[in-house]
Amino acid sequence: MADLLVIANQTFKSRLIVGTGKYRDRGVMREALEASGAEMVTVSIRRVEIGAPGHQGLLEEVMGKYRLLPNTAGAKTAEEAVRIARLGRALTGENWVKLEVIPDPLYLLPDPLETYRAAEILLQEGFVVLPYIGPDPVLATKLSAIGCATVMPLAAPIGSGWGVKTRALIEVFLRLHDRLPPIVVDAGLGLPSHAAEVMELGADAVLVNTAIAEAQDPVAMAAAFRMAVEAGRKAYLAGPMTARETASPSSPVVGVPLVQPETPV
Amino acid sequence: MVYVNGEPRQAAGKTLEELLKELQLNPQLVAVLVNETVYPRGKLPTEPLKEGDVVEIVTLMQGG
Repeated sequence: MADLLVIANQTFKSRLIVGTGKYRDRGVMREALEASGAEMVTVSIRRVEIGAPGHQGLLEEVMGKYRLLPNTAGAKTAEEAVRIARLGRALTGENWVKLEVIPDPLYLLPDPLETYRAAEILLQEGFVVLPYIGPDPVLATKLSAIGCATVMPLAAPIGSGWGVKTRALIEVFLRLHDRLPPIVVDAGLGLPSHAAEVMELGADAVLVNTAIAEAQDPVAMAAAFRMAVEAGRKAYLAGPMTARETASPSSPVVGVPLVQPETPV
Repeated sequence: MVYVNGEPRQAAGKTLEELLKELQLNPQLVAVLVNETVYPRGKLPTEPLKEGDVVEIVTLMQGG
């Protein structure tokens, strides 16, 4: 039986969602996306550069190959996010949107109030909303209650590569798993082991951009992330051992040749 | 003046099709916002632009 990720009635074999940002060149980006095995990629909505070559942006490169998830990056308020989301829908022909409302330029932390307001409006307009949030289970529960398709708590600030700094709260999220839509850990991962870590805890998917794009060999790193997400998920499903307080020998204690047996303490 | 991607342009009276042609943009690869109305790829409005219209011509770019 396949272990599929289901978001808003769409099934995915891959639990790694990747961003298209920050690549030094398009060819590398294309190869890295392919190496990642991702089936859904995020894109941004931006003004065309009038007069510049390649004004067409990314459309031709990714359309048809991946499910496109436009983000509302750049929005600082709910109104701006809604406007960008509508443009995303106009470009992709689909109504999926990664909702991010970020007034803070230093740590790029999302504004929970504007995010919630935007989600309400977008859901009413028929969007499938994937909201990027802090590791706040209360906010996640509220977004879930109004119909968001996922909740996407951050591991660490966007692009920081710090790893799973919000681990304790992600663990709380996962204890509420049956009451929440799929939990996608998004932002701040730096290494494949970080992705494996959250997948082992039971996260449904991860979203990675900078850790792949800024690696020295993004194509190889994309493949590493792919393996890490698969390994973490397999481990979670395999039911990891329980940690102990003391050691426990792996070899039998009896029958050791040529030595006196230990007197039990 | 019509504002196109934040810049003022002499475009009142032109249709979006004419404007995109002038800017050498492919209407199949962009979406357009005129004031508060969004027009999907390839579905440009036929009405000419008016003085004071705010136009945003957008496309998909790289992003996380």
